[in-house]
Amino acid sequence: MTQATGAQALFRALETVGVQHVFGIPGGAILPAYDPLIDSSIRHILCRHEQGAAHAADGYAQASGKVGVCMATSGPGATNLITGLASSYMDSIPVVAITGQVPRPAIGFDAFQESDVTGISMPVTKHNWLVMHPEDIAQTIAEAFHVASTGRPGPVLVDIPKDVLQATFDYRDPGKIDLPGYQPVTRPNQRQIVEAAKLIAAAERPLIYAGGGIIKAGASDELLKLAELTGIHVITTLMARGCMPDTHPLCLGMPGMHGSYTAVTSMQRADLLIAIGPRFDDRVTGKLATFAPEAKVIHADIDPAEIGKNRKADVPIVGDAKAVLLELIKAVEAQFEKNGRPDYSAWSAQLDAWRRQYPYRYTQSPDAVLKPEFAIERIGELTQGNGIYVAGVGQHQMWASQYIKFQRPRTWINSGGLGAMGFGVPAAMGAKVAMPDKEVWCIDGDGCFQMTCQELATMTVEKIPVKIAIINNAYLGMVRQWQQLFYNERYSEVEFGWDVPDYVKLAEAYGCIGLRVESPDEVDSAIEKARGIEDHPVVIDFRCDPREMCYPMVPAGTSNDDIILGPEYDREEIEQVKAAHTDTLYDDDPDPDLAPAEE
Amino acid sequence: MKHTISVLVENKPGVLARVSGLFARRGFNIHSLAVGTTESPDISRMTIVVDLPERPLEHVTKQLYKLINVLKVIELEPASCVERELMLVKVRATPDARAQIIELVEVFRAKIVDVGTDAMTVEVSGSPDKLHAFEDLVGDRIIELVKTGRIALSRGSRSIKDRALRVAG
Repeated sequence: MTQATGAQALFRALETVGVQHVFGIPGGAILPAYDPLIDSSIRHILCRHEQGAAHAADGYAQASGKVGVCMATSGPGATNLITGLASSYMDSIPVVAITGQVPRPAIGFDAFQESDVTGISMPVTKHNWLVMHPEDIAQTIAEAFHVASTGRPGPVLVDIPKDVLQATFDYRDPGKIDLPGYQPVTRPNQRQIVEAAKLIAAAERPLIYAGGGIIKAGASDELLKLAELTGIHVITTLMARGCMPDTHPLCLGMPGMHGSYTAVTSMQRADLLIAIGPRFDDRVTGKLATFAPEAKVIHADIDPAEIGKNRKADVPIVGDAKAVLLELIKAVEAQFEKNGRPDYSAWSAQLDAWRRQYPYRYTQSPDAVLKPEFAIERIGELTQGNGIYVAGVGQHQMWASQYIKFQRPRTWINSGGLGAMGFGVPAAMGAKVAMPDKEVWCIDGDGCFQMTCQELATMTVEKIPVKIAIINNAYLGMVRQWQQLFYNERYSEVEFGWDVPDYVKLAEAYGCIGLRVESPDEVDSAIEKARGIEDHPVVIDFRCDPREMCYPMVPAGTSNDDIILGPEYDREEIEQVKAAHTDTLYDDDPDPDLAPAEE
Repeated sequence: MKHTISVLVENKPGVLARVSGLFARRGFNIHSLAVGTTESPDISRMTIVVDLPERPLEHVTKQLYKLINVLKVIELEPASCVERELMLVKVRATPDARAQIIELVEVFRAKIVDVGTDAMTVEVSGSPDKLHAFEDLVGDRIIELVKTGRIALSRGSRSIKDRALRVAG
C-alpha cells in the first residue's frame, strides 16, 4: 500500500487500463486532476471547448476501436460534454468522460459551478458514477472502461468531487470487476443460428443488412465471407459504411433516406433480411408499416432491446456480430451441403440491373459553378479511399457517404444517430490523434464548421494535421432542401452566405493553411496541395452551388417505395420506377403481422 | 394493458431515478411504483404496475435489463400472485357518524389508527379492488388519503431469485 491522492489514483487507474490520450479542458473542480497529469505518460490534448473534447474522444474511438477519453470540470464544463456524449450514445461509441464535481459538502447546495451531472447525463450514457470516496476511484475507472467497451459499447461518465480528488489515502489497485447486473450475452443461441441458416437456404431474394455492430465487433472479414459464400448482396448502413469495400461486386452501399435506389428498393423487394448489427432506424425503414413488406427478418444484435423494437424479428439472435457471423457461416455451409445451394441468380441479375440503371447522379459542367458532389468525389478518388473520412451532419455528410468509395472499416466517421452538427472538425482531430499515420479528411458543411471550428487552434498548437474540406454552399443546405421541397420554397433563416466568415483568413488566423476553390478545374490541384502539407492543418473553402440537392430522397414519414430519384433522371426513367413500384412490386398482399403499425 | 412487474435492483444511490427516468423517456406509463429493501440489505425490490396500451411488455423488461443496477425483472401474473396495497385514509367522523364508520372498518378488516374530535384515520390493506371499494363507500367523507402503491409476490415456494439472473447489456 502506498499513499496517494485521489487525483493520483485517477491517473494510475487510467494508465492501468492503457489510456494514452485524453481530450479535455481544466477548470475549478477538476484542477486537482491536472496536477498528476504533468507526471503521467498520458498525453492530454487541450481543447478549446468541451464539446470539441467529447466529439474528439468519439472520433478517436471510431477510428481506433479504443475507448476515447474526455475530461472537463464541473457545471458548464460537464454540460458542454453532453452533446458529444449523446452522439456517442446513439452511435454506440465507447467513451469515458471524467468530470470534476464540487466538493462533497457543497453538493446539493447550488455551489458555484455545480450541476447534477450524473442526473443530466443519465439518458445519454450507458451508465455513470458519482465517486464519493477516494478508495473507489481506481475501481470505478476500471468498471467504467469495462462497461464502455464491452457488450453494446457506449459512453459512460465518472463524476468526482474536488475534495475526493484532493484526499490522501492508502492506494490499492482495483480488484476484480464484479457487476452482477451487467453480463452481456455475446455467444449466439445455436438453435436460432440453425433457424437462420434454414431461412437463408429457403430464400429467393435475400439481402444482408449490415449495421454498425459489424464495425464494433471487427467482423468485416466474416461478413465478406458470408456474402461470398452465399452470393448474397450487402447493404451497408450509414454507421456501417466501409465494413465491406464499396468496390466489391456484392456491396450495394447505403440504404435509407438518401441511400442508393438499389439499396432502398432491394430492401422493399427482398424476401429475407439478414440484419447483422443494425437497429432498423427510421431513416432506413422510412414509413415502418410499408418497410420491406415481403421480407422475413433475421435480426442479430448484441443488445436484446434492439431486437423487435421497431420491426418484429422472425429469427432473433442475441450475440456479438463476429460470433454470430462465424456460427452462421458454419450453419449455412452445413445447410447448403445438405440441401444444395439456393439459386439467387434472378435476384442478383435484378440488383445488378438496378445498379446500372439508377446510380447516384450529378452533372458537373467544366464551366459551371462547382458541384459539391464533384469536390467530395474527387477527394475520395485522389486519396483512393485510403484515408479516414469524417463528416459533419447534413447534405455534405450524405454526399460523402454516397460518393466516397470506402475500402475498410473505421475509415468513415460521423454522427449518425444524433446527427450533431459540429461533430466533424473535433472528431477528425480525435481520429488523427488515434491514427497519426492516416490521412484524415474532414468533409464539413459551412454550417457545421462554424459550430466547432475553434478546435483549429487545438490542431495547430498540438500539431494534428487534419485536412478540412468545407463544402461551402452558403446555406444550411439540408434545411434549405426541405424548405424547397416541403415548405413551398419559402426559405426561412437558412442563408449563411459564402463570404462571412472568410474561411481562408479564419484558417490562417488559427495557424492553418487556408485554400479556396471556386471552380471545378481548381479542385484537384487544391486537394493535391492539401495532401502535400503534412505539418499544418489545412482548410479548403470549396465554394459550391447552393442550389444543389441531395438525391435520391425518401421524404420523412413516407414509404421507401416513394423514393424520389431527382432531376438528374428524365421523366421516362422516373415513370418506369413509379410503374414498377405500384404494379409489379408485390405479388401478394404484404403480411400485416410483419410490420407493426406506426405510432 | 396493465402489467405488474417485480424488479430486483442494487441498493445504490440514484437507482430509482434511473428506473423512473427510463420509463419517462421511453414513454412507458407508470401506474404505481413501490420500492423497499429486501431480505438482502444491498438489494432493493420494486413493484411496478406499468400501463402499456400499444407495446409488448418485453420492450420494458429489455430496457430495464440494460440498466447496470437492475439484477432481475419478472412479470407477476394476477392469477399466480398475491397483490396488496396499503392505504391510510382520514375521514370526517363527527360523533354521530362514528358508529357507521367503525362498522365499515370491521367489514373491511381495516384498522382505526387515529381518532380526533371530528375525524378518524383508517388503515386499510388489501387488493387494489378492496381499497377502491372502501373509498367508494366512504365517499365524500374523505379528507385526505395516501397509498403505498402495489406490492406483489408470486404464489408458491419459488422466489424471484430462483432462476439464474438473466441479464444482458
